[in-house]
Amino acid sequence: MQTIDWGYLLTPYQFSPVIVGVTVVVLALYIRGARAAAQQQLPVGFGRHLAFFAGLTLCYAVLHTRFDYYAQYMFFMHRLQHLVLHHLGAFLIALSAPWSVLALGVPVGIRKRGLRPLLCNPMARGLYRVLQHPVVAPTLFVGLIYFWLTPSVHFDAMLNLRLYHLMNASMLVDGILFWWLMLNPSVQHAAVRLGYGRRILILVLITLPQVVLGAYIALSKQELFDIYALCGRAWPVPPEVDQQLGGLLTWIPAAMMSVLGILVVLRMLLHQEQAQSEAPNPTAAEVDDGDSGRIRSTP
Amino acid sequence: MRRIVLALAAVILLVGCDRGPEWQTRYIGGLMPELQFRLTDENGQTVTAAAYADTVNLLFFGYTSCPDVCPITLGQMRQVLDRLPEGMADQIRVLFVSVDPERDDPESLRRYADFFGDRFVGLTGSREQLDTLTRRYRTTYGYGEPDAQGNYPVSHGSAVYAFDTQGRAQLLIRGEDTIDAILADLIRLVQG
Repeated sequence: MQTIDWGYLLTPYQFSPVIVGVTVVVLALYIRGARAAAQQQLPVGFGRHLAFFAGLTLCYAVLHTRFDYYAQYMFFMHRLQHLVLHHLGAFLIALSAPWSVLALGVPVGIRKRGLRPLLCNPMARGLYRVLQHPVVAPTLFVGLIYFWLTPSVHFDAMLNLRLYHLMNASMLVDGILFWWLMLNPSVQHAAVRLGYGRRILILVLITLPQVVLGAYIALSKQELFDIYALCGRAWPVPPEVDQQLGGLLTWIPAAMMSVLGILVVLRMLLHQEQAQSEAPNPTAAEVDDGDSGRIRSTP
Repeated sequence: MRRIVLALAAVILLVGCDRGPEWQTRYIGGLMPELQFRLTDENGQTVTAAAYADTVNLLFFGYTSCPDVCPITLGQMRQVLDRLPEGMADQIRVLFVSVDPERDDPESLRRYADFFGDRFVGLTGSREQLDTLTRRYRTTYGYGEPDAQGNYPVSHGSAVYAFDTQGRAQLLIRGEDTIDAILADLIRLVQG
């Protein structure tokens, strides 16, 4: 049995200071915030911490380890990478509702002079409201998958490093935004009332175009993404097998994430009914004084 | 909301229009970094891209024991060079980079390149040098399992990268591109 060379597997294929920088800053903020929350007796819960770290670790692993090499030279590995960025990793991060913890981790000076003005800025709030619109958010969520899988766009993105990073970043950020809209415990969200029932409807609706696209790729007879043949595959796999696997990964797990989302929303619905008369959880009220829906984790 | 839609439409239109006259092979201007490498030439000497800066360069990765893609692609390039107008072939080089340095020494590279013509240059390098170059052009290579005679297949990209005389990546030539298409684009590239 061969020993696993972890150093090799964990070394990024292409070192990116931006990915390292963002990861370090987010980690530092979160750990600081979690400590501050513990000191102030604000309950966050082990489950939320776990979801956050699992999501962050998964996203980092697919972006900045040997995995990235395979994602660049194998279509189905690329689909797996986006499944983590757009669905699973983003889902876990949104599920952990980390905003209040992250905000607590921001040094007081920056929080007062930087974060608060930004969160109150009408432009920023307007943009956020547009992105979290119940029609815009799901359209963007599905639209981005279609956009980056348009063969000519996909070709350019796989050839140009900047476009490649832009593609991955857009999938992750949009994934977090979308799943946050779906999984936010608060019904009153960014000035848009989005009840649990409508969320379930959205989650059902977004599966349809994803299934259609995944099935189209998996069942297509022609080679849709010739960039992988042109650039050489990571190991010898027949192009049609690569494409079928990639199509299946776009099709089935993506639809399953919607089912998972629906289960979480149903659970929230159940909790809401049970706790209708109880007082709201004070977790986030301490962090922001109700001036923004962005860093609120509970109603 | 309507303003946002209009702005988006304008952006899409602008992006759509931002193209020169159509090339017949795949135009990749601005997508890839300029030609740069440090490799070993057919004389066993270290060379950099500067040594070939006076011509249009066609970069192709392969190996001399390659049974199909390499001879077909290089043969195709040979056909194109033969059909170029008088004197124009001198302004083009085909840089054949072997990603199999274990088997392809400078001597066998020279013989292989000379078989296709005097515009063909055989190059190879250490694994580090090859990794740096293939990564730069977002391509990869790998080795398969050796058979009883010790022969092993090598996977590599099938595209030919065309660089103009300034070393800028301009075209990606694919197997399915016709000789006529490649010919027309190369003439245009040489004429600048």
